[in-house]
Amino acid sequence: MTPSQHSDTTPDGDWFTIRQVTHADLPDVVNLDARVTGMQKQDYWDDIYVRFVERGNDKRFFLVAQANDAADNPALLGFVVGEVRAWEFGSAPCGWITGISVDPDSRLHAVGECLFRSISEKFEAIGITTMRTMVGRSNHLLMAFFRSEGMMAGPYLQLEKELG
Amino acid sequence: MRLQVASRLAIFALIELARDPEQKLSVGEIGDKFGVSSHHLAKVMHALGRAGLVRSVRGVGGGYRFAGNVRRVTLLDVVNLFEDISAVEGERSGTAEATDAGQALGVVLDEIDDIARATLGSITIATMLKLMDRQKSGGTKS
Ligand SMILES: CC(C)(COP(=O)(O)OP(=O)(O)OC[C@H]1O[C@@H](n2cnc3c(N)ncnc32)[C@H](O)[C@@H]1OP(=O)(O)O)[C@@H](O)C(=O)NCCC(=O)NCCS
Repeated sequence: MTPSQHSDTTPDGDWFTIRQVTHADLPDVVNLDARVTGMQKQDYWDDIYVRFVERGNDKRFFLVAQANDAADNPALLGFVVGEVRAWEFGSAPCGWITGISVDPDSRLHAVGECLFRSISEKFEAIGITTMRTMVGRSNHLLMAFFRSEGMMAGPYLQLEKELG
Repeated sequence: MRLQVASRLAIFALIELARDPEQKLSVGEIGDKFGVSSHHLAKVMHALGRAGLVRSVRGVGGGYRFAGNVRRVTLLDVVNLFEDISAVEGERSGTAEATDAGQALGVVLDEIDDIARATLGSITIATMLKLMDRQKSGGTKS
């Protein structure tokens, strides 16, 4: 089934599957990320793959959504990356979503929501009770998405300073 | 942060109508629920109607139905109909504001305004309904 045939009210992806990333997915991840952010970051994704998958541990997750019918859809519909970080900024262990993207032509069909739920379940399964992320204030789409998934402002504020 | 009465009423009325987009509620019914006069609320509903967020229904008693897109209309869209949440023009253009202290204070207040806009602009009516459900089931977690 193609995204356009898919009802956006279906809560769980019956036309796609969420699974752990493989090395063969990397070119599609790099391309999707480049399409969404406008920047090609091969080295960054190679490094993420090594840290999250090859040297991975049970606190790092790199999941992808793949269409069940690859003939009608892009091979890779989206991805989410996240890991447990502990004691940084004085915070107790907490699950961070560090990246999420859905193929622009496959949006609004619950792929993002399923990726979000899948990583939430992974964190919960290892005893994590809080999940965090950081969103550009002007990224209205991503902010509305995270809000709609139930995220609220947390107890930390991000601060920064221009150097030099 | 404080919202003007009209903005708050508009948000309450929209949520009440959006709970069930098929239902029709009169100004009196909404006013009773939130303890406000029909006179004040009627003006607010009129503004929401002009913005296409509610539709007035003729017939016995009259009333309103929700007409917006519950997953796209944000709190900021509603608030913007009634007020500008950033500083009032005059307040940032006086003699004091032109001083170095005034400009430094302006930077701090702009930071607060930006955060307020980003928050209100990312919460849709649908997100509010989900938030209410979560509060009912005892917590703010999803
Ligand atoms: C945000 C994103 C992940 C959402 O993916 P998606 O598959 O379209 O999301 P879903 O269909 O699962 O939508 C879930 C909810 O998010 C919200 N949402 C999604 N797109 C939205 C939009 N365009 N406007 C407002 N709300 C939106 C909705 O509430 C939606 O629920 P609904 O379908 O019941 O209305 C996707 O748009 C994306 O990849 N955007 C770019 C992200 C980015 O900038 N990444 C780089 C930095 S990490």
